[in-house]
Amino acid sequence: MSVKTATGAPARLPGSAAPQKGLWAWLNKRLPVDEFITSQLTGYYAPKNFNIWYFFGSLALFVLVMQLVTGIFLTMFYQPGELTSFDSVEYIMREVDFGWLIRYLHSTGASAFFIVVYLHMFRAFLYGSYRAPRELLWLIGMLVYLALMAEAFMGYVLPWGNMSFWGAQVIVNLFGTIPGIGTPLVEWIRGDYGIADATLDRFFALHVVALPLALLLLVMLHLVALHQSGSNNPDGIEIKEKVGPDGKPLDGIPFHPYYTVKDVVGVGVFLVLFALVVFFKPTLGGLFLEAPNFEPANPMSTPEHIAPVWYFTPYYAILRAVPDQRMGALLMLLAVVSFLFLPWLDRSPVKSMRYRGWISRTALALFAVSFVALGYLGLQPAEGLYVVLARIFAAIYFAFFLLMPFYSRVDAVKPVPDRVTYRAH
Amino acid sequence: MAYHAVVADDEVDLSRRKFLTRATIATGAVGAAFAAVPFIESWNPSERARAQGAPTELDLSKLEPGQMTTTIWRKSPIYVVRRTPDMVARIAGHDELLKDPKSYKSDQPPYARNPLRSRSAEFLVLIGTCTHLGCLPKQRFGAGELYAGWPGGFFCPCHGSRFDLAGRVFDGSPASANLKVPPYSYPNARTLVIGADEKGVA
Amino acid sequence: MRTDRGRGRRGWLAAALLSVAVAATHGAWAAEEAGGSPEAAANPEVPARFGADWQSWHAANDVSDIPSVQRGARNFVSYCLGCHSLKYERWSRLGEDLGVPPRLLQQDLLPPGDKPAQYILTSMPAADAEAWFGKTPPDLTLMARARGQDYLYQFLKTFYVDPARQTGANNLRLPTTAMPHVLSELEGLKRAVYKEANSGAEGGQAIHQQVFDHFEQIAPGRLSAAEYDGFVRDTVNFLDYVSEPTQTARRALGVWVVLFLLVFTWLAWLVKREYWKDVH
Repeated sequence: MSVKTATGAPARLPGSAAPQKGLWAWLNKRLPVDEFITSQLTGYYAPKNFNIWYFFGSLALFVLVMQLVTGIFLTMFYQPGELTSFDSVEYIMREVDFGWLIRYLHSTGASAFFIVVYLHMFRAFLYGSYRAPRELLWLIGMLVYLALMAEAFMGYVLPWGNMSFWGAQVIVNLFGTIPGIGTPLVEWIRGDYGIADATLDRFFALHVVALPLALLLLVMLHLVALHQSGSNNPDGIEIKEKVGPDGKPLDGIPFHPYYTVKDVVGVGVFLVLFALVVFFKPTLGGLFLEAPNFEPANPMSTPEHIAPVWYFTPYYAILRAVPDQRMGALLMLLAVVSFLFLPWLDRSPVKSMRYRGWISRTALALFAVSFVALGYLGLQPAEGLYVVLARIFAAIYFAFFLLMPFYSRVDAVKPVPDRVTYRAH
Repeated sequence: MAYHAVVADDEVDLSRRKFLTRATIATGAVGAAFAAVPFIESWNPSERARAQGAPTELDLSKLEPGQMTTTIWRKSPIYVVRRTPDMVARIAGHDELLKDPKSYKSDQPPYARNPLRSRSAEFLVLIGTCTHLGCLPKQRFGAGELYAGWPGGFFCPCHGSRFDLAGRVFDGSPASANLKVPPYSYPNARTLVIGADEKGVA
Repeated sequence: MRTDRGRGRRGWLAAALLSVAVAATHGAWAAEEAGGSPEAAANPEVPARFGADWQSWHAANDVSDIPSVQRGARNFVSYCLGCHSLKYERWSRLGEDLGVPPRLLQQDLLPPGDKPAQYILTSMPAADAEAWFGKTPPDLTLMARARGQDYLYQFLKTFYVDPARQTGANNLRLPTTAMPHVLSELEGLKRAVYKEANSGAEGGQAIHQQVFDHFEQIAPGRLSAAEYDGFVRDTVNFLDYVSEPTQTARRALGVWVVLFLLVFTWLAWLVKREYWKDVH
């Protein structure tokens, strides 16, 4: 039988050398455009059973592009410097035509980026997407996550509000806990004896140039690694193991047009929710734009509650749960770094949570609850019941990783099907 | 039996597919165009630029006859000359030496499209930017100051363009248009407002 | 209207009237609550007791209520501009957003000598202010975003007489504020009445603390309680506007954007469903 494209024209299966005419032929002799489209889009096969958890990768790419564009435009009007930063942000909000919109897109985009990335990462937990042969894909993704955290942290300092200042103070001081080199290191990072103009200016350069370049590079590597192994799927089955006579996976479908079309719907739904926030609640009650940041940086006056933006609060809660500053910092670092070891901590014979037993599911549920709970606790003052709870949830958080080699091995498994489970939709 | 997850059903309604795809792409394109608007508009002069570009006021009582003063409006130098009757007389009589004596090809408000290029004979208001490449022309008001027969006017040191006492460009100059006249008005006899006239604020 | 449908209609009408009545009474009651107890209005001789619930007072302002924001602007110029600047807002912007024609702006709001394009600055030199009050009166442009409307509303309504302080006044919302009770001529003077409260035993000893109980009006102001409340609400409303002048435009644009996106997403979903018919 012949395969047609969605609009009815005969499909050119990959590998067939079709005649190219005119400008297209000229272009393709000089750049591998057609080859790219064929190998990465129309001829790249992805599992057909992707579910809702598979939207967040393309959404993350979308948000990245949006942050780059809005960021570039903000840089046209923003003026870094302890005397000018805060005022220039208000200039953008009030005096640049549509400046307020570009600003809110960027600030909401930062939070949206983390919501999308956390959900994207959670998918890997659900379906074992970090396991062989995708360990490197996972590690590169973790590097993207780390770069993103650095980028977001520095970006938050730039408005030079009071929370920008004090947040920078607290986080930079953490580096002082490193034994031996701590104190000179902190001074070197700051470029001054306290958080100052020098710090602001270098964070500006890193946030606008260096880290975006690093992020772009890492995201490209991430996609290359993905295409090398092919996508995982909710059943955790390797679709490349069952191919048809044409060499293409039986349970795979061309990325274009099927997933391009599906991802556009994902973008649409995302944009509706995103627009609701941007246009109707851009501060989101202080979660996305914190109230103390509407006052200029004041080295003489600390805000009542210093809290990082919500996406850092799980780690912040762990930091504060430990009574010792140095240990707290170390544990916080371990909390972030633990993700890197996942591919080797997980000893289950099956990839996907669908075919694992109750122990793994409970562990994952507890981990997810702990992460969210720690996030909430990180926003509260570090006193009383909040500290006790933070300690409990931090323990659960680490137990998830530390005990995984054991519980993943002893847990029951269900038989993994031969072919992916798919319901037409 | 199809060996592939994708089965191109012969009963696929291709026209519906094409229509829907095109409708969605068209809607998306419209959305993208609207989304581009805020970014493009952000490049407009901001409120600050507009405030700084507000009309400039000048007190004319300080200006002596034959004198020129320079002020700024919208980042451009503005020349204000108080012409003596002698200077006014030296504007006429050399139309054939000018590129655009009637100011057909030059830039000025309607009330300045006359041989004197101004509302009144006494005061000349010009944008002090050479219409060639933007240097500031220097004043050479004296008769014969540049060469014998020079009626008085402006001389641009960069490439040698010459303008008369109404700012009109002489033949042989690299500049092709008369010096521009900004919108201006006199709210009273002693005050000149540059940047506002009967049409409102520029 | 004796049919079944008629009964339905009458039911709806009754329900509607009832809701309006409830809302009106609730509204009146809420206004009463915020403005002070009924006794004060009824009998000026009796010191009115009020304010026990001050921490739950809400500004409940509406920035789209332009007349209110205009009154707030006028209040600000008369009572606040002497010490506080709004350095990120221009007079001309104020005029445009609040629909004040340039002549009226010049006449009623602009201090003599100021130009419309200028930023709204106070005439008080910062150094003098610091000398007199111990603290420079902060710029108020973003105060509504930094502290919130409820904070501002409560601040302006919880000044009380305190002879121990240099300014003779103190404030419940911001204890030991450096700001004097500037609005006392309008609000009048009130004092704070405390009560004993036993807090938990520490080491076997019960701790007796003085806790705020209620206010008592000592002297009346030029405005009645309800009028003063309206004054404060308008002023807070104005400060809300000035903290983000684009907010009304933002919400208006948002409606169109969300509607468009809903339509686009629906179309995209139809396309997706169409193509995915291929997949088995």
